[in-house]
Amino acid sequence: MAFDFVRATKYFLLWDFLVGFKLGLKYFFAPKATVNYPFEKGPLSPRFRGEHALRRYPNGEERCIACKLCEAICPAQAIVIDAEPRDDGSRRTTRYDIDMTKCIYCGFCQEACPVDAIVEGPNFEFATETREELFYDKQKLLENGERWEAEIARNLELDAPYR
Amino acid sequence: MIEFFTTTNLGIALLILGQGLLILVPLLVALAFLLWGDRKIWAAVQMRKGPNVVGAFGLLQSFADFIKYVVKEIVIPDGADRVVFLLAPMISLVMAVTAWAVIPFNDGWVLADINVAILFVFAVSSLEVYGIIMGGWASNSKYPFLGSLRSAAQMISYEVSIGLIIIGIILSTGSMNFGDIVRAQDGSGGLLDWYWLPHFPMVFLFLISALAETNRPPFDLPEAESELVAGYQVEYSSTPFLLYMIGEYVAIVLMCTLISILFFGGWLSPVPGLPDGIGWLLVKIVFFFFIFSMIKAITPRYRYDQLMRIGWKVFLPMSLAWVVFVAFAAQYGAFWGTYARWATGG
Repeated sequence: MAFDFVRATKYFLLWDFLVGFKLGLKYFFAPKATVNYPFEKGPLSPRFRGEHALRRYPNGEERCIACKLCEAICPAQAIVIDAEPRDDGSRRTTRYDIDMTKCIYCGFCQEACPVDAIVEGPNFEFATETREELFYDKQKLLENGERWEAEIARNLELDAPYR
Repeated sequence: MIEFFTTTNLGIALLILGQGLLILVPLLVALAFLLWGDRKIWAAVQMRKGPNVVGAFGLLQSFADFIKYVVKEIVIPDGADRVVFLLAPMISLVMAVTAWAVIPFNDGWVLADINVAILFVFAVSSLEVYGIIMGGWASNSKYPFLGSLRSAAQMISYEVSIGLIIIGIILSTGSMNFGDIVRAQDGSGGLLDWYWLPHFPMVFLFLISALAETNRPPFDLPEAESELVAGYQVEYSSTPFLLYMIGEYVAIVLMCTLISILFFGGWLSPVPGLPDGIGWLLVKIVFFFFIFSMIKAITPRYRYDQLMRIGWKVFLPMSLAWVVFVAFAAQYGAFWGTYARWATGG
């Protein structure tokens, strides 16, 4: 094999290194891709599956009818529901717990729900300092529903054509 | 007052202590910002912003990290040799800092103006290997031990070629004193009188050897994150880890300084008309630190056998041949006496 002078010269002059340096400098001055997270946030899809919420009808009535489809479909078995007839005879939950440490955020509960009661909202910033705070009960979920109703309703509307 | 500091023992001790602090404190503060700069440069090449929350532009990030390291718990593994385990990072840092005693920052601005300054620097930086070996061994764990062995082999291999490169410089200066080496590079040509021109190929060899010597990428095998987690530092936490980190970066800055002094004229100004001064040395150090950071950002890691091949089969023969060449050129005054500049030296 003949001695490859070009290759040897390039090797000696650190050619590859110089090319790499040039490329590095190009990116050095390029605009940065970083999102300054707590101060600016990236876009979220309407389908984003975040923190759960229980919704109400506009007249204030709970949507959930305690059919337990979400409890049945939940692959992580994170949902526990107890139900009793209310005084007016309608069937409502007395207990609706989600263990957020078990939940895998698959979104099956909101798919299964016939009345759009349980939904996964756009909120993903619900870190807590203790484990117990992540065992959500009905009251907490209803509060979430009130807090995020505007965004949730908008997302459901935007996503409706694709369902 | 002056008599007290120059004649009495206490005065001399205080004077040396003060001078030592005068080097150490600015060095460590500068190091904090160099660390920040390192991260910023690395981030910029990867199209990130890097640290930008603590202080303006994240300038105080290193100080926040410092506090974090210091207040964390020191975890010492069960089977570790406690004394050696804690001694190792201290050796690493102390040795890295000690070498600065003989570095001249300006004409005459040197703590210990000794004739064997280069030997001193290399003796001391060789001892740094002990810090790493001891740390790896005392951790009583496989990965730190492997990491420390790699590190030791690497540092020893590249010290050989660094030594030979420097012999070339010593031959053409006739002195091992850094001040004399810089003064030998002084001349009417400014930038063209510095040793990078006559010793041109050795500049690259020295730069690459310096990378290997300080365990910087692309030769960061001892702490290869993807293979050895963190090499000899695996079991270290909190302050001992901080000491290792500072020691490593002090060694890196020392290498940048050595390149500036040996090949790029230390405190001399590159343009003949401009005044010389410490500013030029600082500019050169920062420039070479930038090069080091860029290399960290753009190069993939070398395989261990490649590292050893370059060290022993490329660098060693090249630097040996260069020593022979410089010796002849200096002895017989070839190339218009470019290589024989010992008139200014000792």
